[in-house]
Amino acid sequence: MSGQGVTTTTQPSSTSGNGAAGDVVLELRDVHTYYGKIHALQGITLEVREGEIVTLIGSNGAGKTTTLKTISGLLHPRAGTVHFRGRDVSHTPAHKLVRDGISHAPEGRRIFSRLTVMENLQMGAYTRTGREIDENVEHVFSLFPRLAERSGQKGGTLSGGEQQMLAIGRALMARPKVLLLDEPSLGLSPILIQQIFGIIREINAQGTTVLLVEQNAQQALEVADRGYVLQTGRVILADTAANLAANPDVRRAYLGEI
Amino acid sequence: MTAANTKLSRTPAGGPGLRGRLSDLSSRHRSIAVIVGMSLVALVLPLIVLLPPFSSFSGQTVWMDGFTIAGIYVLLALGLNVVVGLAGLLDLGYAAFFAIGAYTYALAASPFTGWDLPFWPMLLVGAVVAAIFGILLGAPTLRLRGDYLAIVTLGFGEIVPIVILNSSKYTDGPNGIGGISPPTLLDTRFPTTGNPWPFYLTMLVLIILSMIFIYRLQDSRLGRAWMAIREDELAAAANGVNTVVTKLLAFAIGASTAGLAGVFLASKLQTVTPNLFRFDVSFTVLAMVVLGGMGNVWGVAVGAFIIFMIQSVFLKQLNIFFNNVQVPILSDIDFLQYQFLLYGIALVAMMLLRPEGLFPSRRRRRELHTEEDEVFAEHGDAMGAAPE
Repeated sequence: MSGQGVTTTTQPSSTSGNGAAGDVVLELRDVHTYYGKIHALQGITLEVREGEIVTLIGSNGAGKTTTLKTISGLLHPRAGTVHFRGRDVSHTPAHKLVRDGISHAPEGRRIFSRLTVMENLQMGAYTRTGREIDENVEHVFSLFPRLAERSGQKGGTLSGGEQQMLAIGRALMARPKVLLLDEPSLGLSPILIQQIFGIIREINAQGTTVLLVEQNAQQALEVADRGYVLQTGRVILADTAANLAANPDVRRAYLGEI
Repeated sequence: MTAANTKLSRTPAGGPGLRGRLSDLSSRHRSIAVIVGMSLVALVLPLIVLLPPFSSFSGQTVWMDGFTIAGIYVLLALGLNVVVGLAGLLDLGYAAFFAIGAYTYALAASPFTGWDLPFWPMLLVGAVVAAIFGILLGAPTLRLRGDYLAIVTLGFGEIVPIVILNSSKYTDGPNGIGGISPPTLLDTRFPTTGNPWPFYLTMLVLIILSMIFIYRLQDSRLGRAWMAIREDELAAAANGVNTVVTKLLAFAIGASTAGLAGVFLASKLQTVTPNLFRFDVSFTVLAMVVLGGMGNVWGVAVGAFIIFMIQSVFLKQLNIFFNNVQVPILSDIDFLQYQFLLYGIALVAMMLLRPEGLFPSRRRRRELHTEEDEVFAEHGDAMGAAPE
C-alpha cells in the first residue's frame, strides 16, 4: 500500500480485547480530506464500536488530527463518508455534531485561557441547558477534583496537566456519546500522563466511547481496545491493541524498539 | 487591537468561589443601577450647564443640542462595542451603517421622495435595514479574521458614502437630502430650534433601551458565545457554537444600533449629506470604544460622551480661553485643528499606560493584567514536563 514501514493491512476479526464492544457508532469509509490542494487524508476507512477505546497512532503528518477534525465536522471530506450512529454526517457542521453527541478536545488543549475554569466548563455545555449543566459540572469535578479547587481561576493560569484536564472536562460537559481526544499526553510529565490515561479509562468505563489520537503509542495501546496505524493519510494497519503492541513492525516504527 | 496588550504585571485576583458567585449575583443589579444612575445624571446635566462656569460658555439650548449629538455617538459606540468589544471582530467601516440608517429615514420622510412616513416606526425600519446590510456584508466576509476582516470593513465603510455620493438619482449626490421631517409626537412636531428637550429626551430613551438590550445580551447564551469566539474560534465551534450565525448576529446587532442612530441624526439635522459619514466617524467611534473601555457597556457610553464633549466643547473653549488671556504661542493655536493629533496622542498614551481603557470591564482588566500569572503557569508547566 504505502510501500514503507509496516505494510500489512488486516481488518480485526474480533473487535475488542475486552469483548464489551457493541454496535458501530462511528464509521469512516474511504475518507479523503484536503487542506486546499494538500491531500491530507487519502482514503481513511475505520470504525469505532460503542463502548470501545480506539486509538489512532502514527508519526507527525500521518493525518491523525485531520481524521479527528473530519469526524467532528471542523473539516469536511471531499470524498468518502463519515457515519455517526448510522447517519451520514460528512457535511454536518461541528456545532450540530456536538449536539448529536460527538465532542472533540482539540489538539493543543485550546482552552479559553482568559475565562475561568468554571466558565470554560459552562462553554463546554453550550448545547445543554438548565439543571443538566450543574450535573455535568459535578460529574467533571468528580473526575477531576483538581478543577473543582481551581474553578474560579483563569484557564491560562493552570499548569499544563490541569489545562489538559480542563480540555477533557470541557469536552465531557456536552455529555458526548463519542469523545475525540487529540494528543492528551502532549507536554505532560510521565506521572501526569499515567493519571490522564487512568481518567480516560474511567470515562470509558462510565459508558463514553473514546477515539484517541496519540504520539505516545505505548500508552495509547495499553489503554485502547483496538488501534489503527496511520501513515501519510492512509490506514496501514488495523488490529487489536494487544496485537499491535506485539507487532514487530509497529514496535520498530512507533515504540522505539531497534 | 489585542496585540497591544502587553507587559503589565499587577494581578487583581479573579475572585474565586464565593466572591465570584456574589459578583455574578450582583451583576444584574449593577447593570440596573448603572442605567438608573446614568439616566439621573442625564436629567441633571441640563441644569448643571445653567451654573458657572458652564453657563458662560453657551446657553442651555446650545449645550443640550450638543448633548443630543453626543448621544448619537454614545449609541454608535454602544453598537460598535458589541462587534469589537464583545465578539472581537474589528470593524473599521462602522459609519456605513450609520449612513444607511440616516438615508433610510431621509428617503422616507423628505420632499426629495415626497414621502412623509412617521418617525417612530422608521426608527425600527432604519435599524432593520442597517442590520440587513450588516448581514450582507458579514455573510461573505466573516470567514476572514482579524486584520483581513478589518480591511474588508474599511473598504465597505469607504464604498457606502461614495455610492451615495454618485447615485445622484436616488440620493441627490453631494447636495444631500434636505427638508427631512422632524419626529412628531401627539400631533406635535419636535421643534427644530428653541426647545431642545424633545430631542434630548428621545435620545435619552433610545440610549437607555439600547443599554438594557445590550446588557441582557451580554449575559445571555449569545453573549457567552461571542466571548468564546473572541477567545478561540475553533474551540468555540468544537464546543457547539455556530460561529457563522453568532458572528453575523454581532454584525447585525451592531449595525442596527448604528441604523437607529442614523435615523435619529437625520431627523435631528433635517439634512443628510454623504460627507457626514466619512472614515473619521468610524475612527472616532472606534477610538471612543477603545478609550472608554472595550467590552464594558457603561464605560463605552461614558467614554463616548466625554470624548465627544472634549472634541466639540472643550477644544473650542480652549481656543477662546487662550485668546482671551492672550497667552503668547497658545493663543495662536487652533486646538480644533489638532483634534486628531490629540486623539492620536491620547490613544498612544492609553495603550501604553492603561490599555484596558478608562472604564474597563472587570473581565477585560483581568485579561490585560495577567502576564505574571501566565508566565508563572508556563514555568510550572516546564518544571512538570518530561522530555519525550
